[in-house]
Amino acid sequence: MDDLYRDYILEHYRRPHNFGVLETPTATYEGSNPLCGDRITMQLDVEDGVVREVGFTGRGCAISQASASLLTDEIKGKPLADVSSFAATDVLDLLGIEISPARLKCAMLSFDALQHLLDELGAKPLANDPA
Amino acid sequence: MTTIEERPVATETEAPARAPLDAAAIRADFPILDQSVNGHRLVYLDSAATSQKPRAVIDALDAYYRQDNANVHRGIYALSERATAGYEGARVKVAKLLNVNDPHEIIWTRNATESINLVAYSWGRKHISRGDVIVLTEMEHHANLVPWQLLAQEKDADLEFIPITDDGVLRQDVFDVLLRLKPKLVAFTHVSNTLGTINPVEDMTRRAHEAGALVLIDGAQAVPHLPVDVQAIGADFYAFSGHKALGPTGSGVLWARRELLEAMPPFMGGGDMIREVHLRRSDWNDIPWKFEAGTPDIAAQIGLGVAADYLRDLGMDRLRDHERDLVGYALDVLPREVPGIDLYGPMDPEIRGGVVPFNIPGVHPHDAAQVLDRFGVAVRAGHHCTMPLHERLDLGATARASFQCYTTRDDIDALANGLKEVQRLFGV
Ligand SMILES: Cc1ncc(COP(=O)(O)O)c(C=O)c1O
Repeated sequence: MDDLYRDYILEHYRRPHNFGVLETPTATYEGSNPLCGDRITMQLDVEDGVVREVGFTGRGCAISQASASLLTDEIKGKPLADVSSFAATDVLDLLGIEISPARLKCAMLSFDALQHLLDELGAKPLANDPA
Repeated sequence: MTTIEERPVATETEAPARAPLDAAAIRADFPILDQSVNGHRLVYLDSAATSQKPRAVIDALDAYYRQDNANVHRGIYALSERATAGYEGARVKVAKLLNVNDPHEIIWTRNATESINLVAYSWGRKHISRGDVIVLTEMEHHANLVPWQLLAQEKDADLEFIPITDDGVLRQDVFDVLLRLKPKLVAFTHVSNTLGTINPVEDMTRRAHEAGALVLIDGAQAVPHLPVDVQAIGADFYAFSGHKALGPTGSGVLWARRELLEAMPPFMGGGDMIREVHLRRSDWNDIPWKFEAGTPDIAAQIGLGVAADYLRDLGMDRLRDHERDLVGYALDVLPREVPGIDLYGPMDPEIRGGVVPFNIPGVHPHDAAQVLDRFGVAVRAGHHCTMPLHERLDLGATARASFQCYTTRDDIDALANGLKEVQRLFGV
């Protein structure tokens, strides 16, 4: 019946990839969506300019959890330079569903956290309004 | 000087022995309800966020702009006099709704938030100083929390909080202990916007007064739903928003006792709030105008007057009976029809307004709300501007269904059916 809650979205929601805490993170960022109180903590383990491990924890809706799951899959193993060129629209492409303006913040929660991590690692300065 | 008088309105007769509200008939007064959303009948269950408006209110706005629009308290011509009469007449209507004798004690604001800020700035900055205690509760809307945080930070005052029990009732025993700190002000909500808890406002006000504190009550979720008699409650300040009480957005009210208002400095400076202006000083206007600087939302306040009459015609006792019935029905039906649903707040409809927060385990409230929307059911999902309360109950967010005079048992059945679809889709 649904365009939003496709099977793969629900699958990522129930069993998110890369969910958990890293043992030796290079950078950690905790973000939240003040509108709904959702939180995410994202961690990167970077070695020789490459994202070796990525992990996230937190609670959120199916859209925010699925996007975090898909995004962390996407960046794992990639050089920071590639990760830095990743844009918000790429997250929407990864999700592959129509996101209404009201749910955009949910979809972008993990991307926003990633931008803060890239800033902290000196890979990409934070834009004024990452979302 | 403008006097406040009401234009003649039809005098209503007292409802005979509390016949129940006929919500189905009432629905016909609310044009917006007659629509379908995503192919389903609109089931509007977010009246705690804002209520829908009866035709009488919409018509009043239309008539004001078509026939009477002019600035108030200024023009010596027919339109301005009509606009002023409507604007001041609305004050009398609202005074009647709250059982206030003197309409000069009704200050127009934009909403409850502005009403509370007015008190925090005007009364608070004059009377609160270093080390003073202000008592609030854990269940406050941010509107009755953040203004006091700002004041406390500025004045180095202390905030104390009456805790809640796990089912969302204020710990009156702890309140007694906090009163020994001799607070200057106790500020609390009449009805919780998140849990629906109806607080024992009369009793709390009496005890606060005995301890020497003034009392501010946030009535945003009370005035639209149950009889509010500010004289019987005995508080010092009472705030509410017009838009949750069948009135237009941009209309709001602060009621306060005359002596307090007269002793308080103005909130904002500008036109209308002065009697005489010199280059280096001014004399303030009388209350209520002292607190109403600048051109107000005239149409909105006129609309609120019409909404107040509409509510009084319905009968606030009957509206309360109606919502008590709906809450009892929801608390009974939802757990049976939607196995596993988590419900929060007091389970006794006697102390609970028309607010039902819930969660479906395994489903985020955003997702539940989104799926419900597919079935035309509008509920709120999030923290409902009570983040500390959600933290206290260890909840990230909740979904919330809330009621009004036009809500029916059918609406609650539609909610239950929608939630079954949510459970099916998410496989929980
Ligand atoms: C209990 C309570 N207080 C205050 C407010 C603030 O109302 P407004 O946003 O209209 O100022 C609300 C609205 O959600 C409320 O429910």
